[in-house]
Amino acid sequence: MKAVGIILAGGGSERMKGLTDIRAVAAMPVAGAYRAVDFALSNMANARINAVAVITQYSSRSLNEHLNSPSWWGFGRKQGGLYLLNPTITPDSTNWFRGTADALIQNLDFIKERHEPYVVIASGDGVYKLDLDDVLAKHVESGAQISVVCKEKNDLEAGRFGVIETDAEKHIIAWHEKEEGAEGDLVNCGIYLIRRLRLIRLLEECKRQDNYDFVRDVLVKNLEKERIKAYVMDGYWKNIASAQSYFECNMDMLDPALRRKFFYDHPKISTKVDDFPPAKFNDNAKVSNALAAGGTIVNGAVENSVLFKKVYVGDGSSVKNCVLLNDVYVGDGVTLENCIVEKKMKIEDGTCIIGDPNDVTVIA
Amino acid sequence: MVKKEMIAMLLAGGQGSRLGVLTQGMAKPAVAFGGKYCIIDFPLSNCVNSDVDTVGVLTQYQPLQLNTHIGIGIPWDLDKQVGGVTILPPYEKSGDSEWYTGTANAIYQNLTFMDSYNPDYVLILSGDHIYKMDYGEMLEQHKRSGAEATIAVMPVDWEEAHRYGIMVTDGNGKITEFEEKPANPKSNLASMGIYIFNYQTLRRALKELEHVPGCDFGMHVIPYVFRETDKVYSYEFNGYWKDVGTLTTYWETNMELTSLVPEFNLYEEFWQIYTSAESHAPAYLGADAQVTHSIVGDGSEIHGKVKRSVLGSNVIVGAGAKVIDSILMNGVVIEEGAVVRKAIIAENTVVGKNTRIGEGTFEQSRLDPKVYNSDLAVIGAGSVIPADVTIGKNTAISGVTGPEDYPEGNLISGGYILKKEEKR
Repeated sequence: MKAVGIILAGGGSERMKGLTDIRAVAAMPVAGAYRAVDFALSNMANARINAVAVITQYSSRSLNEHLNSPSWWGFGRKQGGLYLLNPTITPDSTNWFRGTADALIQNLDFIKERHEPYVVIASGDGVYKLDLDDVLAKHVESGAQISVVCKEKNDLEAGRFGVIETDAEKHIIAWHEKEEGAEGDLVNCGIYLIRRLRLIRLLEECKRQDNYDFVRDVLVKNLEKERIKAYVMDGYWKNIASAQSYFECNMDMLDPALRRKFFYDHPKISTKVDDFPPAKFNDNAKVSNALAAGGTIVNGAVENSVLFKKVYVGDGSSVKNCVLLNDVYVGDGVTLENCIVEKKMKIEDGTCIIGDPNDVTVIA
Repeated sequence: MVKKEMIAMLLAGGQGSRLGVLTQGMAKPAVAFGGKYCIIDFPLSNCVNSDVDTVGVLTQYQPLQLNTHIGIGIPWDLDKQVGGVTILPPYEKSGDSEWYTGTANAIYQNLTFMDSYNPDYVLILSGDHIYKMDYGEMLEQHKRSGAEATIAVMPVDWEEAHRYGIMVTDGNGKITEFEEKPANPKSNLASMGIYIFNYQTLRRALKELEHVPGCDFGMHVIPYVFRETDKVYSYEFNGYWKDVGTLTTYWETNMELTSLVPEFNLYEEFWQIYTSAESHAPAYLGADAQVTHSIVGDGSEIHGKVKRSVLGSNVIVGAGAKVIDSILMNGVVIEEGAVVRKAIIAENTVVGKNTRIGEGTFEQSRLDPKVYNSDLAVIGAGSVIPADVTIGKNTAISGVTGPEDYPEGNLISGGYILKKEEKR
């Protein structure tokens, strides 16, 4: 589709219980072999968006490393490409990105210099598969000026999101940003489609008013002036920016049907390819209902868990309902239940940590 | 002007006929290894790990898989502005055109390619061995010794020495005598088929020998350089090095990877082996899966029992199925209730429900006893095996087979079914 993609990947989250101390939410590893940003990137690549900018700010090293080549997602090098937009000092400004709109405003040059008629803006912390061509088709058909991709509200954690009320034509008539118990059937997924020139005009207006937030200052403020419509997506969507939802999302990936949809059916979600050898299961390994990524070696028992790359599980250990990130070393005789273990953590022999399934323990 | 100190020429044009149906549709260097790799990944990774950044890959027999796998060399960082990987197939010339008729003839036909890099040294490699080796170290020794040619050798068991090209050396590693498969070997240093030449010396030798039919390194070029210069040295290598040229050695070398601490360890960070792979989800082991003493590639889904086996990417083992002592390459599907023992099953083959492979006792192969001479059942890429049939030991199958191909539901030990054309 004729659009330029912009992924907002600049944030950490206090709800992540320390998991974003060392990386942005968009760089969170998901489903054993992927990172959160792969989903937004792949959806764009799969809609043949050739030029994508990823806006980073918070703890961006890990993300930059992941995005080291446009080839992983099939973006171009000459026709389009993958651009990393980091905060920078200019003669006019020494500010960090002070909000989502400010991040776009500080990169207005990039948006102005593109030639595509549309812009797709997406946050980098959603796990979903979305046909952006269909979003564009509905956008044109409904005469919307801005389309906001939404998902039916499920009461859990609705307070983390914008709750949206629409009329029969899916016109957005009210927007309750991150309020507990708000009215409305839809939540904002943080994916927007807009004409590039309109976006430039709205951002310039926002800049004149010294405003910084895209939802509050560009969308909500203009609900009456612009035709802002909701596009309701079906299928799986999860924002992973809290430790519990992150944990749940990984556990959801144990479902073969969901994995098939994301990682096997065309068009699939892509990621940076590593060169780790196949997962290895030694003589006493007992693994059931679990994902084990490349380079992993299992000696003990693993159940209902996601093992990321190069995890080691020692003899006589039991890992149940856990998410073990890259390079985690679990010694011998360890018991872990309902835990997320941060990458490169070493769990000493004989350790026993049993978390609460409804309030997962993060070992970092 | 372009200048490379040393370039590598990788001979990857051979069929590897002793791998039977495995190399029916692809050259041996393209055959899968270790649940993730192709055989050629080992010399290619050795090159980049040794800072050799210019590699010519000589292809001839069934090159499609190799071409696809290597592409422009991205997985090995061999997509270079100057140098990198270049695939070199035989080509038509204005005068006499011919296929590559021998290992040295293949190199001879690519003198222009080598000239364009103006190298001081040329490293000759073959694409059929599993090993990790620092060619830089070998080059250092080559320079130090003042050799015109250096041959990598490794000590083999004295009882085995009669199967190899044997190098007799003096105390300084200088080669004094060659013996090709000697009955009574004077040394146990076997040639590994890895050579470093001073480029101008090699160039002269190839020109001189241009009319020798089937010009070969071991048979013609090395003896020529030895005669002319008397400066051929050995480089002794004592690491892991396996020839996977027969079905038995191929199977054994794969199986070693499943042991607790394999002699050839792919899990260490040092000297990484790179390969071309798509991104895949991790391997999934279902609620009733039992997987032990095995390695399982990305994207695979296991619902049955897997023991002492090497599984590639995107393999499916259905509920109640059993896979024991076997190699399943990428995309193989073992349907519910099937039992597979001591088999090598190549890419994308489907084995139907409740079929049993590897039953009975060994019988001599009716197809080719030189190739098929073990208990292994070997099934070529893209084959289909119907449900409810029984397949014996030392068997070979290739192509889409149906129940009518199995009299009374059987393929007896030593038997074979080869179907042309049809592939999944």
